[in-house]
Amino acid sequence: MKIAIIGFGTVGQGVAELLVAKRAEIERKIGDFRVVAIADLTGSIWGDFKLEDAIEYRRKKGRLPSDRSAKEIAEEEDYDVMIEVTTTRLDESGIEYMKTALKKGASVITSNKSIAVDFQGLMRLAENNNAKLMYEATVGGVMPIIRLLNSYLALCEIIGVRGILNGTCNYILTRMEEEKLPYSQILSEAKEMGIAEANPSADVEGIDAGIKLVILANTIGIPAKFEDIEIVGITKITPQAFTVAMQKGYTIRLIAEASKKSLRVSPRLVPLNSPLAIKGTMNAAMIKTDTAGDIFVAGRGAGKFETATAILSDLYELVRTN
Amino acid sequence: MSELFTLIVELEDKPGQLLSVLEPIARNGGNIVGIFHQRGKKTPLNRIPVEISFTADAKKAEKILNELQKNFLIRQFGELRTAVISLLLIGHVIHTDLSDTIKRVDSSDAECVELNVTMPERDEPSTAVITITAKSKEALEMALARLREICREKGIVVVEPINDEI
Repeated sequence: MKIAIIGFGTVGQGVAELLVAKRAEIERKIGDFRVVAIADLTGSIWGDFKLEDAIEYRRKKGRLPSDRSAKEIAEEEDYDVMIEVTTTRLDESGIEYMKTALKKGASVITSNKSIAVDFQGLMRLAENNNAKLMYEATVGGVMPIIRLLNSYLALCEIIGVRGILNGTCNYILTRMEEEKLPYSQILSEAKEMGIAEANPSADVEGIDAGIKLVILANTIGIPAKFEDIEIVGITKITPQAFTVAMQKGYTIRLIAEASKKSLRVSPRLVPLNSPLAIKGTMNAAMIKTDTAGDIFVAGRGAGKFETATAILSDLYELVRTN
Repeated sequence: MSELFTLIVELEDKPGQLLSVLEPIARNGGNIVGIFHQRGKKTPLNRIPVEISFTADAKKAEKILNELQKNFLIRQFGELRTAVISLLLIGHVIHTDLSDTIKRVDSSDAECVELNVTMPERDEPSTAVITITAKSKEALEMALARLREICREKGIVVVEPINDEI
């Protein structure tokens, strides 16, 4: 199998490192593979190269050796699978590489939430070209929710899904719950610890969770677009609100909710004994079904090797179902 | 159309009292669905409060109430509000005209029945717990939609509970 990796930042390098470190085990399960091209905004490498050398080169020089663009690599190289792990952009530019691959009949495995921009269009494109688009890593990191919905629960009616899809928000809310400190103080500490980004607005305003909810909603057959999601973030939550909520047996979490009746991301009262009252940077989801009752999943929502693990899981699934 | 009503009547502690209050309900076409007899909870006048629920159409219910009022002390009477939700409001709840907020949520079939406001320091956002009851889930959902809209307008964050239904 010939693999092209587009995007060679944290996640891309994580995937490459796992492919090197676990090569024997991976090949036993999916057969021989070769990474035939890697490209990101800094440069590219293709042809006959060793994966470990590419990782080393990128680490030492901060870029890949060639100036040939990712666009050219995606269009011109010959590969069976594209691992697309570039950063999310909320316009069509975020999905161009994927479209290029799918049009050639190559399958795509992605962690890029940009698929929310045109989920249905990408799925149609994949189907028309006899390819697959796998996206487990886009929602909840390594929490296995997409495969759970698409495969294990394929014959259930999914009444709705509620999830904690943003680890940064959950971390801030957990500390507000435990220490009753103001939002702004916890946010600045979270930035120092690298849990929140320098510009955290996409996280704390609920936008990141909203994009993931679009992907989840489409997965359960609700053709939602980002504009359809009602979004309220966590910036106005106060420590007093936690005190009041906890007197009544609740905590507060940012919950993304998708059902036929509701598409929203908002702070919600969650019973203290609910599994959704999960703490720290964890992601979690509760799926309501017609015949299987409620199903709960949780896992790490971000991280280099966590996300890379979700990508490899898709790679295995792709081979297994072909 | 038959609706669910509830009344609390205060009865003297002597034989036959309960029967005499139930008889007019049954005779006027009310269907008794529940009796809650609080024997240990006597009023200052040494009476026992009894809660009775019954279904009847509005006309019959009125007739039942008129008849009961002639002979008994009726403490409460109303259609039973079966749907209830408590939620948090965070923001300048008082300074954005709290009574206007409540007035606009209230309707003929839903109302705010409880409100608790916790205020930290002056000019800081406060937290309110508000409880809304309604005749039906649909009426409650409509009241909630009104509340969300009003709070959006006033810059107040509504924190709703996650219920069984999605």
